[in-house]
Amino acid sequence: MNTANTVTSAPALPADLSARRVQLAAALQQVLPPSAILSDPEDTRPYECDGLAAYRQMPLIVVLPDSEAQIVAVLKLCNELQVPIVPRGAGTGLSGGAMPIADGVVLSTARLNRILRMDAYSRTAVVQPGVRNLAISDAAAKHGLYYAPDPSSQIACTIGGNVAENSGGVHCLKYGLTVHNVLRVRMVTIEGDVVELGSEALDAAGLDLLSVFIGSEGMLGIVTEVTVKLIPKPACARVIMASFNEVVAGCNAVAALIAAGIIPAGLEMMDQTSSRMVEPFVHAGYDTEAAAILLCEADGTAEEVEEEIARMSAVLQQAGASAIAVSQSEAERMKFWSGRKNAFPAAGRISPDYYCMDGTIPRKRLGQVLEGIAQMEVKYGLRCANVFHAGDGNLHPLILFNANIPDEFERAEAFGAEILALCVEVGGTITGEHGVGIEKINSMCAQFAPAELEAFFGVKHAFDPARLLNPDKAIPTLNRCAEFGKMRVSGGKLPFAYLPRF
Amino acid sequence: MMTSANMPTHDYAAIAAQFGERIRAASAAGSPLCVRGGGTKDWYGQPPQGEVLDTRAYTGVVSYEPTELVITVRCGTPLAEIEALLAEHQQMLAFEPPRFGAGSTVGGVVASALSGPRRASAGAVRDFVLGAVLMDVQGTILRFGGQVMKNVAGYDVSRLLAGSLGTLGLILEVSLKVLPLPLCETSLRFELSEIDALRRLNEWAGQPLPISASCWHQGVLALRLSGAQAAVAAAQQRMGGAPLEHADAYWASLRDQTHPHFSGGCLWRLSLPAAASAVILGGEQLIEWGGAQRWLKTAAVDAVQAETIRRTVAAAGGHATLYRSEHKPVSVFHPLAEPLMRIHQRLKASFDAAGIFNPGRMY
Repeated sequence: MNTANTVTSAPALPADLSARRVQLAAALQQVLPPSAILSDPEDTRPYECDGLAAYRQMPLIVVLPDSEAQIVAVLKLCNELQVPIVPRGAGTGLSGGAMPIADGVVLSTARLNRILRMDAYSRTAVVQPGVRNLAISDAAAKHGLYYAPDPSSQIACTIGGNVAENSGGVHCLKYGLTVHNVLRVRMVTIEGDVVELGSEALDAAGLDLLSVFIGSEGMLGIVTEVTVKLIPKPACARVIMASFNEVVAGCNAVAALIAAGIIPAGLEMMDQTSSRMVEPFVHAGYDTEAAAILLCEADGTAEEVEEEIARMSAVLQQAGASAIAVSQSEAERMKFWSGRKNAFPAAGRISPDYYCMDGTIPRKRLGQVLEGIAQMEVKYGLRCANVFHAGDGNLHPLILFNANIPDEFERAEAFGAEILALCVEVGGTITGEHGVGIEKINSMCAQFAPAELEAFFGVKHAFDPARLLNPDKAIPTLNRCAEFGKMRVSGGKLPFAYLPRF
Repeated sequence: MMTSANMPTHDYAAIAAQFGERIRAASAAGSPLCVRGGGTKDWYGQPPQGEVLDTRAYTGVVSYEPTELVITVRCGTPLAEIEALLAEHQQMLAFEPPRFGAGSTVGGVVASALSGPRRASAGAVRDFVLGAVLMDVQGTILRFGGQVMKNVAGYDVSRLLAGSLGTLGLILEVSLKVLPLPLCETSLRFELSEIDALRRLNEWAGQPLPISASCWHQGVLALRLSGAQAAVAAAQQRMGGAPLEHADAYWASLRDQTHPHFSGGCLWRLSLPAAASAVILGGEQLIEWGGAQRWLKTAAVDAVQAETIRRTVAAAGGHATLYRSEHKPVSVFHPLAEPLMRIHQRLKASFDAAGIFNPGRMY
C-alpha cells in the first residue's frame, strides 16, 4: 500500500538535476525577467538554509518575483511541469520550513516589499508579504498605532513568513498571535487562482479558511497581500522583575496572577542557567542567585498601569517572591527586558552551538517537565538553559552543544526530540510558535495518529491537489512515521502494521 | 481540576461508540445526518436535512483549569452550565455567544460561531478555540489543537470547525480559552446620527480606550467600557456622554438577540469593515461591533432586493447573510468566488467523503 505524500523519487543524480535546471530556467525565462531567476549555484547558495542552519539543501533554482502576476505565472508553470516549490520570506524561521528541495524551486517573496496602504481611520494596513514585521509598526507609529505580534526576529522577519508560521511574540498572551491580528490574506493557489481569505470586515462568508491558512507553513498557497489589524499603542508600560528561590514557586506565582484576574501584557520566566548566561552579557541586573526570574509587564494608561502594578506586586509577594523590582523608567524597563530578549545570542556567546526547542505545555506541568529536562542533561551529557513564555506555557529550552565534537549534534537532536515527546506526554505540543518545518516532522508522529495526519493531508489536498507546495514539510507521511518508529500507539495496537520496517 | 461527576466516564465512551455506529451506518447508506444539540438554532443557515443525531447525551465538563484559562467540554454541555461554572471563578467566554434558549449547547455555539457584543474588542468564537475532538465520517476520533494557548503543530483544524455548521464532522469536544471577568464596567449613551456615530466609533477605536461593546440604533449610540477601575474612569471622563440605564439588560438583549430590532420582518446580517460609511439600503439598521456588524431589518425579502443588498455590501468590502427570515428565496450565505468555492468543495469531500454531515446547511 502506498500512502506516499511527498516526492518519492530517489535522489536525482547531479547530471539529471543539471539538465532539469537548464530546462526549468528556460521555461521560467518565458514568464519572468532574467533578474528574477537565480540558477547559478553561486547565487543560490544563500538560500540553502533558513534560521535552522544545521539543515541544508541546495535548490535547483531560486525565483524572486516582484508582482502577483509573476507569482501566478510561476505557479502555473511549476504546476504544469510538476516542480515542487518552497516559499521563502526572510529566511529567519527556526524549523527549516524554507529548506529547499533538491529538484525544486525556492520562491522568495522578498521583492514584494511595499506597504500598499496605511489607514489610521480603519486601523488597518495592507502590505505585501515581503514587508518586515517591525516596518509595519514603524510606519503606523505616527498614528499612535502598531501591529501587535512581535516575534523576537521582528526586525528581520517578514509578514508573509509570520502568516506561514502563525508567529507569536512576548505579548501574545494579551494581544494574540498572527491569527488574531490578520484580517485578510490574498494568495495564489498552485493552480494559479487568486483567492481572498478573510476580509476587512471581521469575518467572511463560508468556512474560516483564513484560520487554517495561517500557520500552514507555505503548504497551501503563496501570499501576495495581507491586511493586518493595527491597535492603539499603550500610553505607558512598566515591568516587574521578581526573583524566586524555586522554579515551581515562580510558576505558582504565574497561576496566582491569572487566578487574580490579571492578564499581563508580557509574562516571561528564565531559569538560573539562563540568567547566569545572559547577565554577564547584558548586565540587566538579574538576581543570578535566584532559581527563577519572572518578568511581568503591565501596559495601558498611566493610572491603569499603576493600579495593575500594585495588584501584581501584591500577588507576587504573596506567592513568595524573594525580591521584587519595578521599572522606574522606560530605560529601566528596556534593561529588564534586554536579558530575556538576548537569551539566544547569549547562548551563542557561551556555547559554540545551541539548539532551541519550542514545546508548549499546560503550565501546571512545568515542574515535571523541567525535572525531566534536568535528567536528560545528565543522560545526553549536554547543558540546557530554559526560557519560558510563562503566560502561555511556551517553553524554549536552549540545548548547548559543540558541533565540532563528534556526535554532539546527534545528541542534541535526540535530547530535543525527547523534550518534545515529554511535552506531548504531559498534554502539550511539539511546537508553540516556531513551526514544524523539516526539523520537527518526526515528532509529529508522536503527537498525531495516522487518521489525524490523513485529515491534514485532506486539508492540503483541498488547496494543493498536486502536492507541490512545500511538500516535504510539517506533515509527515505515514511511511515516514513508520521509519522513524515513534508512532502513537493507540489501543495497544501497533499502527502501520502493513508497512515495511527498517 | 474539576470533573463532572454526574456520570462515570466509561458511559461517555459508550455514547461516543454509539455515535460512531450511527455515523458508519449513515455513511454506508449514504443517508444524511443532522447533527443537533439543543436545536435552538435550527432556523440558522440553509434548512437542516437528514435524520437528527442528538448530541445532548454527550455532556459535561471534561476539565476546567481557571489558572490555565482553559475549559474543555463535551459538545452536548449546556452553555448555561459552562457560564455558571466560569462565573464562580470570575471568568467568562469573552466572545459572548448568544443564548437563544436554555437548550443551547457548546457544540452549537462553536459550529455556528455566532459572537456577541464583546466580539470587536475581545475576538470571535474561533479566536478562543484551542482544540477540538472530531468524529469523522468513519466514526474515527480525531484530535486537533489542544489545551494550550500556542500550538502550531499541523494545520489549525480546530479553528476551522468554528462556523463550519457541522458540515465537516461531529464536534465531540472543544477546548476554549476563557478570560477573567472585567474588574469594572460602565455604559454610556450619546445622541448621534448614524454617520456621526460611525465616525466617532472609528476615531475612538484608534485610541487606547477600553471600549468593550457598542450599539447604534435610532439615533442613540450606546457604549460599554470594561477594564481596570482607573482606565474606565479616565475614559468616561474623556468621552463624556450620559450614563446608560439598565445597561446589563440592554447588552444582554443584544447578545441574546431579544432586542425588538431582532423580531418581526426579515433580518439581514451585514458584515462590513468597521470604517465603511453608512450603507444606504431600504429598511432599518442596528449597528454593533464598532460598525463591523449591521443588522438590516426589511419588511420582506425577494431575489431582486437580495441581489441589491449583496452587491452593495460586497462593494463596501463585506458580505450579507440572510440571517432570519420566514422565506429564504435566495441562499442564506453570501455566494463565494469560484476558486474559493472549489476549495470549500474539496475540503468538504476530504472530511466527509460520504456527504452525510449536515449536507447543504452552508452551501
